[in-house]
Amino acid sequence: MTMITEQNSSAGAANGQAPVPLTETKTLTLAKAINAGLRRAMLDDPKVVLLGEDIGTLGGVFRVTSDLLAEFGPNRVIDTPLAESAIIGTAVGLAYRGYRPVCEIQFDGFIFPGFDQIVSQVARFHYRTQGAVRMPITIRVPFGGGIGAAEHHSESPEAYFTHTSGLRVVAVSNPQDAYGLIRQAIASDDPVLYFEPKRRYHVAGPVSPELGAPLESARVVAAGTDVTLLAYGALVSTATDAALAAADEGVSIEVIDLRSLSPVDYDTVEASVRKTGRLVVTHEAARSGGLGGEIIAEITERCFDHLEAAPVRVTGFDIPYPPAKLESHHLPDLDRMLDGVDRVLGRRR
Amino acid sequence: MHTVHTGETPAVSLQLLSPDGMRMRSAELDPWVADIEAEDLAALYRDMVVVRRIDAEATALQRQGELGLWPPLLGQEAAQIGSARALRTDDFVFSSYRENAVAYCRGVSPTDILRVWRGTAQSGWDPYSHGMATPSIIIGAQTLHATGWAMGARFDGADSAAVAYFGDGATSEGDVSEALVFAASFQAPVVFFCQNNQWAISEPVGLQAPAGIAGRAPGFGIPSLRVDGNDVLAVLAVTRLALHRARTGGGPTFIEAVTYRMGPHTTADDPTRYRPANELEEWAEKDPILRLRRLLDSLGLFTPELEAETQTLADSTAAELRAGCIGLPDPEPLTVLANVYATPHAGLDRQRAEYAAYLASFDPTGGTDA
Ligand SMILES: Cc1ncc(C[n+]2csc(CCOP(=O)(O)OP(=O)(O)O)c2C)c(N)n1
Ligand SMILES: [Mg+2]
Repeated sequence: MTMITEQNSSAGAANGQAPVPLTETKTLTLAKAINAGLRRAMLDDPKVVLLGEDIGTLGGVFRVTSDLLAEFGPNRVIDTPLAESAIIGTAVGLAYRGYRPVCEIQFDGFIFPGFDQIVSQVARFHYRTQGAVRMPITIRVPFGGGIGAAEHHSESPEAYFTHTSGLRVVAVSNPQDAYGLIRQAIASDDPVLYFEPKRRYHVAGPVSPELGAPLESARVVAAGTDVTLLAYGALVSTATDAALAAADEGVSIEVIDLRSLSPVDYDTVEASVRKTGRLVVTHEAARSGGLGGEIIAEITERCFDHLEAAPVRVTGFDIPYPPAKLESHHLPDLDRMLDGVDRVLGRRR
Repeated sequence: MHTVHTGETPAVSLQLLSPDGMRMRSAELDPWVADIEAEDLAALYRDMVVVRRIDAEATALQRQGELGLWPPLLGQEAAQIGSARALRTDDFVFSSYRENAVAYCRGVSPTDILRVWRGTAQSGWDPYSHGMATPSIIIGAQTLHATGWAMGARFDGADSAAVAYFGDGATSEGDVSEALVFAASFQAPVVFFCQNNQWAISEPVGLQAPAGIAGRAPGFGIPSLRVDGNDVLAVLAVTRLALHRARTGGGPTFIEAVTYRMGPHTTADDPTRYRPANELEEWAEKDPILRLRRLLDSLGLFTPELEAETQTLADSTAAELRAGCIGLPDPEPLTVLANVYATPHAGLDRQRAEYAAYLASFDPTGGTDA
């Protein structure tokens, strides 16, 4: 099924140990889990091609595409010229011909030169052509802050895309989901924005070769009875820590990893809120117009009668991402999440 | 004339100094450096040594954890000093992140150059104080800003010019092509100064520009020059030529300065993963500082006094930089919410009040509202 040529496969072998697809559960970092998922998808479908800046020889600035050029060759792992609009725009053309392009945007803040192609083209083709043209394009975006970076390297632009009809949006939080969801995103006949929590790239965890729960599903990370705490991406681990800390004080928090940001798995969220009666949503992105407000509105419509208190948002401020020395004041941390929990429990203000 | 009008990138670059320090004659460029005397050559030498030292000290500060990141300019001293020393104070620079020698020439203090990389601010200086915009991290965006500034200068009847600094990789971005279109259509007094340092992180220039860079601008109606970017005299000459054209109604000029990024892309990069080992050695032979030193030597101008004085200045600048960097205070917490808007914004005012109250709740003394 694969298009690996003699030359390419020997180049792969020359690169070190002959790569074997994931066949059993292994401990991988989140970055390596994505790499394994990309590789599996490329082996399974010769139409899967990767495009991006520095993704070939260098293996990407985060090394997520390491070794794939050697294995699959330059027609499938494409170091593109430095132009995001062209990366997305040429992916559209490739998709027209039946390819399944996977685009890497080097950092969240660099997606905007490609924004027009995503919003005006990628998102609309299926609707525009009454279903005749599909855009099975995956756009991988390292996102979020907490790494002390320069401007444009720590952004959380997901709400622009959840607001754009025609796009699916996911954000992964752990190696297992990273592996399963990248494969499902690539297999999807819809365009998928796939957000990678860059500050968790090097955190390792078990990864089994399964696809896991469906693309659209949220996951209850820790069961609880008093408060539902909703997070995605890098904040899932902070939320889990917050739940442990709250448990010490006798407060039982149910942590949900949203995974899919569009669509949102409201059934899972609603079931939790019906149980706890209290909802806190957290994200790094700005509060106004953010996903938190939207989720709270939908849950309020669905189960207002089950709410014991007004839901609470714990988010970044409505500011451009600040300089590194100030980012700890912008990013929701454990204390701010617990403060939000206190507020929804009526213990403050 | 070496000026490109054909749309082809010339194989050779304009040169006034050979790698072994010989002064080459050029009918086209000589008039633009006819006023350069011994002391001017010494000043250019001093500049290049000092900015190389700033660069080395900043790299060391990053290694020691005092800076988050640093983008070295090692190898590009002549391209930056030669062009920046051609400018007047009323001109305006729109640069990328690597043009720290240009900032130095614009009078930005070494400490201010470091603020962004230490993470205490997103702009190290006030652009209006130095005639130099905050360096753009978004690749290519600043070429449009330079063009717009230059359009304004023309509308105002001023004879100031804008200079856009950008890299070889940047030439692939749509913004850069759009800037060339606008500059040509409006005959904007702007100089497009492209430092072709051969690499855009791991990607060689051949990927961005298989037919070369300098040959592109003529297709937009913009005259183009290709200069040896490691030759400080030639760079000074072509930049003066381009600025003169801009000031006298001649519109935009494109300059490709052929140079080499001798260091990593940034301190976070490992060029051994992608760069042929012998390349650095080849370019070390064409080192911009060595070349000027050889010329000074051959003219009997490289005196012990010049050497000592340059060393002293480099040392004191490095010491100032280090002390200034380490002494930079962390910004006050509530400044995180400052300056988003020029006028009061009710939503943000509310968030600031909330956060002040939140911070105060941790303060056993009750705290004060900052
Ligand atoms: C719009 C955008 N895309 C990607 C990047 C990431 N990036 C930073 S520097 C760089 C390479 C730039 O190369 P070049 O223009 O040659 O400048 P040099 O770094 O060599 O000075 C890339 C891809 C960015 N900063 N902005
Ligand atoms: Mg470059």
